[in-house]
Amino acid sequence: MITKKVNNVQEAIKGIEGGMTIMFGGFGLCGIPENTIAALVNTPISDLTCISNNAGVDDFGLGLLLQKKQIKKMISSYVGENAEFERQMLSGELEVELTPQGTLAERCRAAQAGIPAFFTPAGYGTEVAEGKEVREFNGKMHIMEEAFKADFAIVKAWKGDEAGNLIFKGTARNFNACMAGAAKITIAEVEELVPVGTLDPNQIHIPGIMVQRIFQGEKFEKRIEQRTVRQRN
Amino acid sequence: MLTKEDIAKRIAKEVKDRYFVNLGIGIPTLVANYVREDIAVEFQSENGVLGMGPFPFAGEEDADIINAGKQTITTLPGASFFDSAFSFGMIRSQKVDLTILGAMEVSENGDIANWKIPGKMVKGMGGAMDLVASAENIIVAMMHVNKAGESKILKKCTLPLTGVGCVKKVVTELAVLEVTKNGFKLLERAPGVSVEHIIASTEAELIIEGDIPEMDI
Repeated sequence: MITKKVNNVQEAIKGIEGGMTIMFGGFGLCGIPENTIAALVNTPISDLTCISNNAGVDDFGLGLLLQKKQIKKMISSYVGENAEFERQMLSGELEVELTPQGTLAERCRAAQAGIPAFFTPAGYGTEVAEGKEVREFNGKMHIMEEAFKADFAIVKAWKGDEAGNLIFKGTARNFNACMAGAAKITIAEVEELVPVGTLDPNQIHIPGIMVQRIFQGEKFEKRIEQRTVRQRN
Repeated sequence: MLTKEDIAKRIAKEVKDRYFVNLGIGIPTLVANYVREDIAVEFQSENGVLGMGPFPFAGEEDADIINAGKQTITTLPGASFFDSAFSFGMIRSQKVDLTILGAMEVSENGDIANWKIPGKMVKGMGGAMDLVASAENIIVAMMHVNKAGESKILKKCTLPLTGVGCVKKVVTELAVLEVTKNGFKLLERAPGVSVEHIIASTEAELIIEGDIPEMDI
């Protein structure tokens, strides 16, 4: 067994430098690598290009890195819940590339799968298509999108083992499963790091080969963005 | 004139037995409350769940189980979870039968704009561009006019587009419109709303054939 275990988040983020491109898993605040984000907030690292479906909220998730102006550019599909983000974007301090969500996911998956580019109909005829190659397949127009090139992918899983095998829970799988292995180095923070041999190989969502560093997060707040409930009759 | 709940009720009639349905944020989310109980329907949310159930009871929320609106949800027996790339795979390969989403503007050739107001609001397109580019059956839930009373049912959209030539049907507080190759066809009017009122509230030309029935809601 090739071990991927690192002792703590500080060891996990070794080598992350200013100016790098980093993928962050999660959808909204669901399944975000909150321990790694918190550790990055405590470093002077800045000028980051972040690939993440969303930008967190003002006081949690990537919103924390935005508050400290550590992010130079965001590549996202939806950024609606973050006032500081909107301010920095409208003032021109923050560069933003908005990309359709399925395209964002597929650009991660393509990187993970070693595919340099692909064609998708999403965005054809819109400003997203500007400057991109257009081709017709089966009577339908498509645009070419390229795989991401990232230095680090930071993902969060429910359970993992020292071999780097990952299992996600619920909808926290989202972009985490597409980003694992999609960058030069993948860091996985897990809620529970279990001994090798305890995870059933049939149930592994991401095999350990896609992960270079794994650690158990110290604490998970797992904040809920829109707590929505129904009344009991 | 219809309330938002009424619009959702009317759209729920478009949901047929054995349909997989993707609901957008806002009025579309309400559609789930009005789908007939005697048909089998599964709701897909693009963040990675099929077989969505109602909101959880207080105290039973799970931060790991949300919909694309980031709301806490539950799952029904037979549900499944998957990653984002897989989720849009099933959307692109047209496994989802019906997509219901909101819009700021719709034009008579079926173009839709719902993600950006230049200089004012830029929240992003989320999954809307992928959905409208691939779905075969797209119904838009929207208000016919804006707060200033101006029509949002147009000859040509003025806002940046989300997708081109994709909308099939529009349900507003005033009317049900079908997008045909010749433009918008008025199918139904809201209870108590006259055809003249709808024409006056619509910038695009309307195709009107015979008596226009009131919606049954």
